[in-house]
Amino acid sequence: MFELSFIWAGIIAFAVLTYVILDGFDLGVGILFPLAGSEREKATMMNSIAPIWDGNETWLVLGGGGLFAVFPLAYAVIMPALYMPIILMLLALIFRGVAFEYRWRTERWKPVWDAAFFGGSLIAAFMQGIALGALVQGIKVVDRAYAGGWWDWLSLFSILTGLAVVVGYALLGATWVILKTEGSLQRQMQNRAWWLGAGTLGFIGIVSILTPFQDPDYFSRWFNLPGSIFSVVMPGAMLGAAWALFSGLKTGKDGQPFLAAICIFVLCFIGIGISFYPNIVPPGLTIAEAAAPDKSLRFALVGTVVLVPMILAYTAYAYWVFRGKIDPAEGYH
Amino acid sequence: MFDGMTAETLARIQFAFTVSFHIIFPAFSIGVASYLAVLNGLWLGTRDQTYLTLFNYWKKIFAVAFGMGVVSGIVMSYQFGTNWSVFSDKTGPVLGPLMAYEVLSAFFLEAGFLGIMLFGRERVGDKLHMFATAMVAFGTLMSATWILSVNSWMQTPAGYSMNELGQFVPEDWWQIVFNPSFPYRLVHMVLAAYLTTALVVGGVGGLHLLRDAKDAPARRMFSMAMWMLIIVAPLQILAGDFHGINTLEHQPAKVMAMEGHYDSHPDGAPLILFGIPNAEEKRVDYAIQIPKLSSLILKHHWDAPIDGLDTIPDADEPPVAIVFWSFRVMVGLGFAMLGLGAWSVLRRLKGRLYEDRWLQRAAIAMGPTGFVAVLAGWVTTEVGRQPFTVYGVLRTGDSLAPVAAPAVAASLLAFIIVYFFVFGAGTFYLLRMMNKPAGTVHLGLKDGPIRTAGTTPIMQTDPDAIPGE
Repeated sequence: MFELSFIWAGIIAFAVLTYVILDGFDLGVGILFPLAGSEREKATMMNSIAPIWDGNETWLVLGGGGLFAVFPLAYAVIMPALYMPIILMLLALIFRGVAFEYRWRTERWKPVWDAAFFGGSLIAAFMQGIALGALVQGIKVVDRAYAGGWWDWLSLFSILTGLAVVVGYALLGATWVILKTEGSLQRQMQNRAWWLGAGTLGFIGIVSILTPFQDPDYFSRWFNLPGSIFSVVMPGAMLGAAWALFSGLKTGKDGQPFLAAICIFVLCFIGIGISFYPNIVPPGLTIAEAAAPDKSLRFALVGTVVLVPMILAYTAYAYWVFRGKIDPAEGYH
Repeated sequence: MFDGMTAETLARIQFAFTVSFHIIFPAFSIGVASYLAVLNGLWLGTRDQTYLTLFNYWKKIFAVAFGMGVVSGIVMSYQFGTNWSVFSDKTGPVLGPLMAYEVLSAFFLEAGFLGIMLFGRERVGDKLHMFATAMVAFGTLMSATWILSVNSWMQTPAGYSMNELGQFVPEDWWQIVFNPSFPYRLVHMVLAAYLTTALVVGGVGGLHLLRDAKDAPARRMFSMAMWMLIIVAPLQILAGDFHGINTLEHQPAKVMAMEGHYDSHPDGAPLILFGIPNAEEKRVDYAIQIPKLSSLILKHHWDAPIDGLDTIPDADEPPVAIVFWSFRVMVGLGFAMLGLGAWSVLRRLKGRLYEDRWLQRAAIAMGPTGFVAVLAGWVTTEVGRQPFTVYGVLRTGDSLAPVAAPAVAASLLAFIIVYFFVFGAGTFYLLRMMNKPAGTVHLGLKDGPIRTAGTTPIMQTDPDAIPGE
């Protein structure tokens, strides 16, 4: 029988991964937005995510709210430690979120909201990557509180992970647009996805090589048994996903590149999990230490077990309702 | 700009600023979501075009307001940690699960069905579309329920014990969720949201009636709003009275500040209508007061003794002037709403509801007052429970995150600039949409993003096209 705190670590990890994949592709569409040549292509790209972005972003709220609920200590040290990137991410999400409605309400200011959509998506992605990098590098905790300064999150490594997430989200976005469109926009994204795929894999390679040197624990986890098995398996799986991505692009498949890009993200996420475990906040705060009392975990778990499958079902239904290729000539004019 | 302020003061200003902006949007969207469900139900039941016209009109306004509520709400879910991390660590075991339930049972529901409600009528059919509309409305109410439970627990904590780490540990979830002030606060807030919406709808209806008294959708929305007002305003005043008596029982210092009672009144306290609280001298200057009325209202007896702030240690007192004034703004507006509702009833009885120009002008003037009253009410209850975050147990000064003052000052400045820019623009777009008659097919330049993705010819038509137009 597993400890409740480990079940919860799994649920939170699932929520964060779901967020990264879902908002990842819609932030990626925002990052690629300036590449759209015409108003028609802009409308197509935005409309491909307009009915679903709100639900996608709710997983971010679940990640934050869930952490507060079941790992309050982790929430209480991560948020002050990553104060600036988190605040900047939130402000960026405001700009790109309102752009969905605002850009249709004005002609004169449309370029402003288009820029807000692009800039907000880009900065939000970059800050998420920086937050990840800073977390990997470790957060200094003394007496149940963050004990570092307010610029500690900034390092070459965190900037590198920031760029990696931007390029990775752009890959997810490009493959999503391939799935949802036809014609010249789809062809353009197929070309971009080649470069974005190569860039993503390059960043993954560099970050993977550097990560074991951020903390001796990471090193021993990856290069001693049983962890070293993963050191063989993970790159192999990554090669498989990369092959699926590029062969899907080459043969002009609609869905395969998107699924392959998701696989790449899942593998990265598993890799981070292997590095962190059993910590929730490296270098020293464990899952068990950060967990709320069992009464809290149990109460929250009852509802989660019932509600999350329902959420997944009606979210899937909403995606299904708006399935198929986007036709910009259709709809609301 | 913020020189000399402590990190605590800055963090408090930042939370007050962001939460005040945020509450404006849910206060409106809770009401509009329910209104949309009613309009859609009436359209399906009667097939009266006016209801569909109104549904399509308000749903576009709802979409913009809801978007602003979502993005300003995400900020809130992270601010507990970024600025109040010690509070988060200590209260997380009790409050965290309630907030998680809000996300799971409300936010996902709203987000999941919003797209279908806004753009899916043709794709899923009337029945499922009605279901989606009802789910969005239900989601907004669920959200209010959970977050008000959280806030109420901070005001009247119950069902917990403390562990050796200084954390609040849940003992009885029923007592935590249904803590003593929760039912009152929930009813008061939901009614406030409905009132706010009724006033906005009434103001918009009044505006278009003023321009064209024959405008059928304007007549319908004005009439509905005025009915809502005369039903909800008295209920709200009643609910407010109950809430006040509950507060007197659990947070007497807050009521003392609201009433301006610096001194105890052993044989009947006066109701101070107006005056200027003087914190230094601990008295209300230039007070205009009605003897014994406060005792009658609070204890339902002329001569009931009422304690004053002289019974509370100075270190545990809330700031009096802010609470005193915000309370009077809220109550004053509440009675003005009742007055508007009563006026509309008189006109309706004479059959002149749509002809009285001054009633329409008054409705326009009262349009935004729901928001003012909501903000004033929240200022009253939040400032009134200072200097505690968990009332009587955890002090605001002991809840703060270890973030340096310059970092908080920078983020506060950024929030102020971004919020005024982004939500200022949004408010401008909302007002511009409301300025157009409900029958307008294209409210904005275009009616919104094309959110459907079908390829069959029937999907080529505007899903919201109004037949006959």
